[in-house]
Amino acid sequence: MKVTVAVNGTYYTREVEPRLLLSDFLRHELGLTGTHVGCEHGVCGACTVLVDGQAVRSCLTFAVQMDGAAVTTVEGLTPAEGELHPLQEAFREAHGLQCGFCTAGFLMTLVPYLAEHPNPSEAEIREALSGNICRCTGYQNIVKAVQLAAAKGGGR
Amino acid sequence: MKPAPFDYYAPATMGEVLALLREHGDAAKLLAGGQSLVPMLNMRLARPGVLIDLNRVAGLTGIRQEGDTLVIGAMTRHAEVERSELVARLQPLLTEAIAQVGHIQIRNRGTIGGSLVHADPSAELPAVLAALGGSVRVAGPAGVREVAAEDLFLMFFTTSLQPDEVLTEVRLPVLPARTGWAFEEVARRHGDFAIVGVAVTLTVADQRATKADDLVITGCRIALTGVGMTPVRAAAAEALLVGRPPSQAMLAEAAAAFRAEIEPDTDIHATADFRRHLAGVLTERALGRALQRAAERGGGR
Amino acid sequence: MSVDVRERRGEGAEAARSRGALIGQSPRRLEDARLLTGRGLFVDDVQRPDMLHAAVVRSPHAHARIQGIDVSAALALPGVVAVYTAADLGHLNGPFSVLIPHDDLQHGRGLSALAVEKVRHVGEAVALVVASDRYIAEDAADMVAVEYEPLPAAVGLEAAVAPDAPLVHDGVPSNVAGHYVRNVGDYEAVRRQAHLILKERFRVDRGAASPMETRGVVAIPEGRGLTMYVSTQAPVALRAWLAAWFDLPEMELRLIAPDVGGGFGPKVMMMYPEEVLVPFAAMRLKRPVKWIEDRREHFVATTHEREQVHDVEVVVGADGTLLGLKTNFLYDSGAYSPYGIQIPIISATTLPGPYRLRNYSVEFRAVYTNTPTVAVYRGAGRPHGVFVMERMMDRIAEALGLAPMEVRRRNFIQPDQFPWDTGLIYQDWAPCKYDSGDYPALADRLERMLVGVADEVAQARAAGRLVGVGMGFYVEGAGPGPYEGVRVRVEPSGKVQVATGVGTQGQSHFTTLAQVVAGELGVALDQVHVVTGDTAAMGWGIGTFASRAAVLVGNAAYLAAQAVAEKARTVAAALLECTPSEVELRGGRAWVGGPAGAGEPAGAGGSAPAGARETVRSLPLGEVARRANPLRGTLAFGEPGLEATKFFSPQQSTFPSGAHAAVVEVDRGTGFAKVLRYFVVHDCGTMINPMVVEGQIHGGVAQGLGGALLEKLVFDEEGQLLTTTFADYLLPLATDIPAIETDHITTTSPLNPLGIKGAGEAGVIPCHAVVAAALEDALREWQVRISEMPINPCRIWELMQR
Repeated sequence: MKVTVAVNGTYYTREVEPRLLLSDFLRHELGLTGTHVGCEHGVCGACTVLVDGQAVRSCLTFAVQMDGAAVTTVEGLTPAEGELHPLQEAFREAHGLQCGFCTAGFLMTLVPYLAEHPNPSEAEIREALSGNICRCTGYQNIVKAVQLAAAKGGGR
Repeated sequence: MKPAPFDYYAPATMGEVLALLREHGDAAKLLAGGQSLVPMLNMRLARPGVLIDLNRVAGLTGIRQEGDTLVIGAMTRHAEVERSELVARLQPLLTEAIAQVGHIQIRNRGTIGGSLVHADPSAELPAVLAALGGSVRVAGPAGVREVAAEDLFLMFFTTSLQPDEVLTEVRLPVLPARTGWAFEEVARRHGDFAIVGVAVTLTVADQRATKADDLVITGCRIALTGVGMTPVRAAAAEALLVGRPPSQAMLAEAAAAFRAEIEPDTDIHATADFRRHLAGVLTERALGRALQRAAERGGGR
Repeated sequence: MSVDVRERRGEGAEAARSRGALIGQSPRRLEDARLLTGRGLFVDDVQRPDMLHAAVVRSPHAHARIQGIDVSAALALPGVVAVYTAADLGHLNGPFSVLIPHDDLQHGRGLSALAVEKVRHVGEAVALVVASDRYIAEDAADMVAVEYEPLPAAVGLEAAVAPDAPLVHDGVPSNVAGHYVRNVGDYEAVRRQAHLILKERFRVDRGAASPMETRGVVAIPEGRGLTMYVSTQAPVALRAWLAAWFDLPEMELRLIAPDVGGGFGPKVMMMYPEEVLVPFAAMRLKRPVKWIEDRREHFVATTHEREQVHDVEVVVGADGTLLGLKTNFLYDSGAYSPYGIQIPIISATTLPGPYRLRNYSVEFRAVYTNTPTVAVYRGAGRPHGVFVMERMMDRIAEALGLAPMEVRRRNFIQPDQFPWDTGLIYQDWAPCKYDSGDYPALADRLERMLVGVADEVAQARAAGRLVGVGMGFYVEGAGPGPYEGVRVRVEPSGKVQVATGVGTQGQSHFTTLAQVVAGELGVALDQVHVVTGDTAAMGWGIGTFASRAAVLVGNAAYLAAQAVAEKARTVAAALLECTPSEVELRGGRAWVGGPAGAGEPAGAGGSAPAGARETVRSLPLGEVARRANPLRGTLAFGEPGLEATKFFSPQQSTFPSGAHAAVVEVDRGTGFAKVLRYFVVHDCGTMINPMVVEGQIHGGVAQGLGGALLEKLVFDEEGQLLTTTFADYLLPLATDIPAIETDHITTTSPLNPLGIKGAGEAGVIPCHAVVAAALEDALREWQVRISEMPINPCRIWELMQR
C-alpha cells in the first residue's frame, strides 16, 4: 500500500506492506535509526515518537495508518548538526543517559509533556516518565534532567 | 515479533465498515487505538486475515452532553477524555479512572470504545461503565441498538457484540447531585493493569428531619475489576448501604459483604484470597472517599 | 609489554590525581551528543542493501526428544533463502566448550548452536531461517515443523535433585553439574563451644538482567573475510573463539561491538548459538545476515540469573561475635554450564563480607534444570552471599537484643587488618584477599546519613503507618584479571586515539578513559577519541564485566598515556633543544620554560623550520607526533610516532565495599511496599569520574530494588516460562524508585597505579538484604521472617495474616 507521511518535516511516499510497524518503517525504510525498539509490545517506551504532536508508541502503530500524518522522531529535535535541543542539553548536563538506548523514547515523551506542564513536581515527572523504561540510570538523573530543562524554560 | 500478514482497510464511513464486516466475517478484526490488539498481533497471538481500521471513520469521535447523558464517541482517545472539562464536570468518576489507564503514550492512542470491547477483566473502563450503569450504542446490519453495561460483558475478552457489529458510542449517566465518586485500584506498578480496582458512586440525602446533622445513603453503585471474568457489581454491598446512614463501620460491613460474594482467580501476581481481601480494602477506601465527596457536594444541605 | 605492577604499587591515587588533573572530575560525557541525537550505532542500525534477516525456531518444550524436522514448507515460502538445522552445521554445531572449567565442575556441559536429539529448555534453538526480511523469516519459522516427544522436565532446585528427577543430561547423575566444599578454620570445633546457634533457609529466585536492547548479530561478508557487529560485552574474546571455531585467520574476522544498549552480564557469554549461526549463514549465502533478538526470545534465549537456596547456620559468642558460619546451598545452573561454577563460587566467597569470619564451612551443588541457561547478571552471585550474611547479622542482633549496626560493628574487619585474607580462593583463581577498606567508616557515614530518619520513622509509626528501616553491608570482589590493554596514539592533527578491546554498554568509557589519557598528555578532553570493542583497532582484550573496566582498562590507559607522554617529552626535547624533564605537556602542546604570558608564542604553529627553534617555546603535540614519524630520513626516536600499547594485569581482584540502608513503607491494607528513601555509602577507591560512579550506583540500586520487589521469572511445573513480556516481568519504573542518596569514602587499592577498585555492580549487591530487613522492621508487629526474595504484595499480605 502507498503511504505518504511527513517525517521531521520531509514528505516521504513509500509502498509498504500493511503489517509494517511504524517503528520498522522509520528505522529500516527511512533509515531514521534514532528511534529504538525495546519490546515491540508497548511497554518499554523506547520507540516513542510524536504523531501529530502526541507521544505515541511506534511499535503499536502501522506505517499505513500514518498516511497524511506528521511524525517527529529524535532526529527531528535537533535544530542542526552539532546543536542540541534544550532537553537534550539538560540530559547531557545531568548525566541522564548511560547506554543511550532508551533515551530517544524519553525525549519524545518529554517534549510534549513539558510543553503542557512547564513546571512539574518530582512526583509528576516520575509519573510522566512511567511509560518509559530505563535500565541504566535508576531514573534519578533523568528526573534531574527534566527539572533542569523545566527550570530553563520548559525544554521548548 | 512481527505480525502475520493481513489485508488492511481504512474505511471512511460506518457503512463501509459494516460492508467490510459482512464481507469478511470472522476473518476480520477491527483496529481502534491498537494498544491491546497490536501487541497481540506482534506476538502472533492474534492472526486476523483482515484488519479494518476505524481511525478514519467519520463520526466516531467527540464528547457531548445529551440531557442527563454524557455521550462519548467510541474512537475518542483516552487522553481526550482525560483532559475533557465536560467529562470532569459531568462524570468525574471517568476522569479519575481513565488517568489510571496505561501511560501517556497509551492514552494518546487508545480509545474508550476499544478499551470496552477488548473487555480485559483487569481493565478500568469496563468497571466504570458497570458502576455507572452506562450503555453503549452498537451499529450492525440491522441498524443501531443500545446495549446496557450489564449485558455487554460476557466473559474474559468477550462482549455480546456480534462479529458484524461495531461499538459507536459510550453513554454514561451524568453524575447526580449529592453524589460522590471514587476509583481505587492497586497495580504492581503505575499504569499496569489492576490487580483489583473498584469504581464507586454514592448518593446521600439530608435526614435532618429525623436526626440532626446526619445523612442517609440513597443510592450506591459499586463495580470491581480484577475479581472475575467481567466487571463485577457488588449488589449485596449496595443493598446493605442504601437507606442507611453512612458510617465507617457500615462501609466496612459492606466491603465484607462484597468480599464474600466474589470468586476471583489466582495468577502470578495475586492469589484468589489476596484479591478477595483487596476487593474489600479498596471498596472500603473508595466508599470512604465517595462519601466525603458526596458530603462536599452538598449532601448535608 | 606487560607491566610489573609491584614497581608502581603505592603510588596511589593522590599522585595520580595530581598528575592527571582530570581524574576525579565530572566533565559532561563525550558520547552524549551522538547518543542524544539518534546518531549512535547499535547493532540493529547496521544496514546493507542486500542484507538477509534471520529468525530462530525455538523449542516450545522444556524437555523433549526431537523426532524429526521438516523444513520443506518453510523453504517453499517466497522470500525464504535458507533453513538450517544442526545437520547442516555439522561439526560447527558444537557442543561449544565450557568456558571456565573447574576441578569441582564434574559434569560441565556447553551449549550447541542448534539442538540435536533433545531440547533441554523452552526457547532452545532448533533451526535457523534466513529470509529477505524479518517478517517473512518469522512467517517461515512458524512453518518449520518439528516433531517432539515431550519428556518430563526437571524444574525447581529441590525437585531437580530429588532421587526420581528426570535427567537433563544423560550421564549426569542427580543433575549435579558440580559439587564444591571448602572449609576455613574449623567450623565443627567452634560449634561445640557455641553460645548461640541460629539456623535458617534462604531463597533467592530467578531474575533477568533485561537490558533495553536485546541481543543482536550482524555478519557481513567483506573482502576475503567477514565483518561482524554483535551486541556483546566481550568482543575481542568472542572474535578469538569464533575465528578458531570457523578456522579463519583472525585478520579475516573483524568483530565490532558497536554502541550496546545495556549489558549487565548476559551479553558477556562468548558463543551464544546465534553468534555462530549468523556468520555461518552469511558465509554460506555470501550475503550480509542480520538477527535481532525480539523481547520474547530474549526471555528464553538469553541467560538468566539468581536462583539459589541456602541452608545456613551461624555460631555466635555471647557478645555477638560471629564465631562461625556454615552454608550448604543449591545453585540452579539451568540447562547448561558455560561458566561452570563461577557464580556459586562468587556467592561462596562474597558471603563473609566485611566481617572477621574465621570458621567458615561452605558446600554447594550446581544443579541442571530444564530451564534457560543461567549465567552472570550484575552482581553475579554476590547479592546471594550478602543476603545470607546480612540476614544472619540481623538475626544475631535480634537474638541478643542488640542494634543491627552494633552487631555489625562488633564483627567488622578493622582498618589496620588489611590485607585481610578470607582464606578462600576467589573466582579469578587468586586469593580472596581484601586489598583495602574501612568498614567502620562506612558505618559512621551511613549513621550520619540516617540522622533524623529514626525520628521520621517513629512519627510515621505513631501515626499508624507501617514504616521500617533496614541496612546491609557488603564487600565485593571486583576488577579481576587476567588483563586489559590500551593503545594510545597521538595523531598529526593533535587528536589522541585511545583504543581498547573491551566493549562498552553505557559505562561512559569514551569519557572516563579520555579523562585518564588527557590528563597525562595535557590535551583537551574532546581531543581524545576512544575506540572500544573493535578488533581492528585493538586485538587483545577480555571484556566489560565484573566491575573491571575502570580497574583494568583505566590503569592500562594510564600506563600507555604515561609512556606516550614520556616519548613526547623526549621528542619535543630534541626539537626544542632542552632535556625531556624540562618539557611540560599542557594545552595540547609541548612547552619548555613555560609560556610567555597567556598568549601563543610566535612561530609555535604547525611546522616551524629548523632554524626558528630558538624562538619557539612550544610545539603542538601533533607536530611532535609528526616529527616522530618522518617521511624521509631515519627514525630518530625509536619506533615511529607517539604511540604506546600497555597492558595491565592485576595479581588479584580488588575489593570495593559499601553500606546501604532503606526506609520502606507497607500499606497496612494492601501489603504493597514502597521504598521511601534509599541511602548508599560506597567505597570504590579512586573515582575517575564521580558523576559516572554515582550513575552506576543509581542504576544498580534500581535493579536491586526491582529484584527485591518486582522482578521474578516464573516457571510452571512443566518448565514453561510464564513471564515473557514486560507486562509480566516487571522492571521498575520511575515511580518505583526513590531518589537515591549517596555518599563516598575512598580507600584506594594498593593493587593498581590509580588505586581504583571498580564500581559497576556495587549498587545492586545488598538490595535484597536491605529491603528484607526494612520490611521486617516495618512489619514488626507481626514478627515476620523474610527469608525469600523477591517478595510481592501478595506474599507480604500473607505474612501479615499470621
